[in-house]
Amino acid sequence: MESLQNVAAGFAVVLEPTNLLYCLVGVVIGMLIGVLPGLGPAATIAILLPLTYGVEPVTAIIMLAGIFYGAQYGGTITSVLLRLPGEASSVVTVLDGHALARKGKAGTALGVAAVGSFIGGTVAIVGLTFLAPVVAGFALDFGPPEYAALALLGILLVSTIASGAKVKALIAAAIGLLLATVGRDAFTGAERFTFDSLSLADGIDFVPVAMGLFGLGEILYNLEERHRAVHAPGKVANVWPSRKDLKESSGAVARGSVLGFFLGILPGGGATIASMAAYAAEKKRAKDPSRFGKGAIEGVAGPETANNAAATSSFIPLLTLGIPANATMALMFGALLIQGITPGPQLVSEHPELFWGVVNSMYIGNVLLLIMSIPLVGVFVRILRVRAAILAPVTALITMIGAYTINNSVFDVLLVVVFGAVGYLMKKFGFEPGPLVLAFVLGSLLESSLRRSLLMFDGSAAGFFTRPISATLLVVFVVVAVLPLIRAVRERRAAAVPAGARAAGGSSDGASAKNREEESV
Amino acid sequence: MTALGLGLGTLNQPGAGLWPLAISVAVIVLSLAQVFIGRRGGDGEKFSRYSWLSLVGLATLLGLVALLPVIGFEIPALVLSLVWMKFLGGESWRSAVLYSVLVVGVLYGVFVGALGTNVPHLF
Repeated sequence: MESLQNVAAGFAVVLEPTNLLYCLVGVVIGMLIGVLPGLGPAATIAILLPLTYGVEPVTAIIMLAGIFYGAQYGGTITSVLLRLPGEASSVVTVLDGHALARKGKAGTALGVAAVGSFIGGTVAIVGLTFLAPVVAGFALDFGPPEYAALALLGILLVSTIASGAKVKALIAAAIGLLLATVGRDAFTGAERFTFDSLSLADGIDFVPVAMGLFGLGEILYNLEERHRAVHAPGKVANVWPSRKDLKESSGAVARGSVLGFFLGILPGGGATIASMAAYAAEKKRAKDPSRFGKGAIEGVAGPETANNAAATSSFIPLLTLGIPANATMALMFGALLIQGITPGPQLVSEHPELFWGVVNSMYIGNVLLLIMSIPLVGVFVRILRVRAAILAPVTALITMIGAYTINNSVFDVLLVVVFGAVGYLMKKFGFEPGPLVLAFVLGSLLESSLRRSLLMFDGSAAGFFTRPISATLLVVFVVVAVLPLIRAVRERRAAAVPAGARAAGGSSDGASAKNREEESV
Repeated sequence: MTALGLGLGTLNQPGAGLWPLAISVAVIVLSLAQVFIGRRGGDGEKFSRYSWLSLVGLATLLGLVALLPVIGFEIPALVLSLVWMKFLGGESWRSAVLYSVLVVGVLYGVFVGALGTNVPHLF
């Protein structure tokens, strides 16, 4: 079995001391930023991108991946103890987690969440191990038309499924695509949107855009929110969950693992949606749904398991198709590109050490996180006492200096600041930076595949429908694009008959308030 | 609009401007949709009196960018850190000065000392 050999070789990669160290560093940073409200994993990864230049690709991705799934563990802690979700994916944990904490069972909630996260993460890695090579093998046959269709579908799904206003997300995505065209045209060599600036001739780099939009935009936004004081909680006792708790939550953990795994694979899915879906599923299944919100252990176990499973499985589309499924994966995509590796179906066969190294590092990372999150909860809780006022300039300065070090260029730093301002304004006006960054990353792939396929088909757009895979993808695209429109029209008609226009206004307000909560960073 | 100038080419020989034009059209259509439909959404937030904090923050960042190539990163970084902690964050003078110096010191140690990057530095 060739693949088994590769898996074993991957473990050898992970067990190199450097990689183990970076894995540890990654999960610790992930836990930290998960605990600290405000800075999310996407922002952190964006800020730390420059630091990954100096290290091996495998090591870099191992660390960044650790930050991502580590944050899922950390976010739980503040949700349970403070009613303050550190991550968007832990928002629903607040409902029952904090209720448990008020009953004096904070330890139980945290313990179950940690165990559930571990199981969910592990199940997803096993799934990843078996599913990813299959998908990659399948995708090897993809030509430009398939990639064009896939990229288009990915961008659309991320814009519409995620959170926030759909039209705004689509605008953001379109602007991202437009930004990706800046620079010299790869086909004709024509200068596009460079305004005769030499610095723009090579296009806009991904890293400054990501650092600005996610990193600095977030920091500027938080400057405003500063005045809400955080009360550091007291001690947390008895984190070890009892056998009874574990038994009660085992069903929820199992369902959360499966649900999270599949939602994570979908473009636009990911940890946040998985946790919400798992919560809804647990509530629906329960014999006595009224317990939820008052401290039902399943309400913690399900979502926490699902968000970890989804965080892990969202690596599948990235590592096998080269299509990032969400904003954080777009950053991973960027990190791989920096390292000179284009993620795609060839990744498994051309860079097996990278692929299996990263996958297997997740086993190790999950074990590390389990070890850290049960006995060391107290330590992480104490970190909440670090004042945001001190943290903000630190992160801002790291971002600025880091941006400079990429190319030793002041222009890059300026770009970061400009995109930081843009990111701040986007957040203010309810636009998501996620679709923009994702579209920006996929922009050149989409454009070049589209044009190459047009050349292949002699300019006939119908050619896309002659190939089975691209045709299917495009049909899905059209369905996803048109369905909400039809539904909206139908709803409006239904609402207009009995209640008049007010009902429509009211419901959309409620939805937007919920969306704000879901906003993932 | 700029896209038109680049030459659209035909569908057989797609030119440099075709794709940007397509996206620009999409942006315009979507923006119009947002203007007309988006009104009742009520998404987003109003600017509050705290928003000037972010503006000041942005201004200091631009200052840092301007001064970086001239006098290195230490002094502007120190000033930025002080401003953010004292005026934007409401720390006391004592802790603001203490932490700012500490922060810049650590950054110097990491970026200049340990990583050996080429950040312009004065010392």
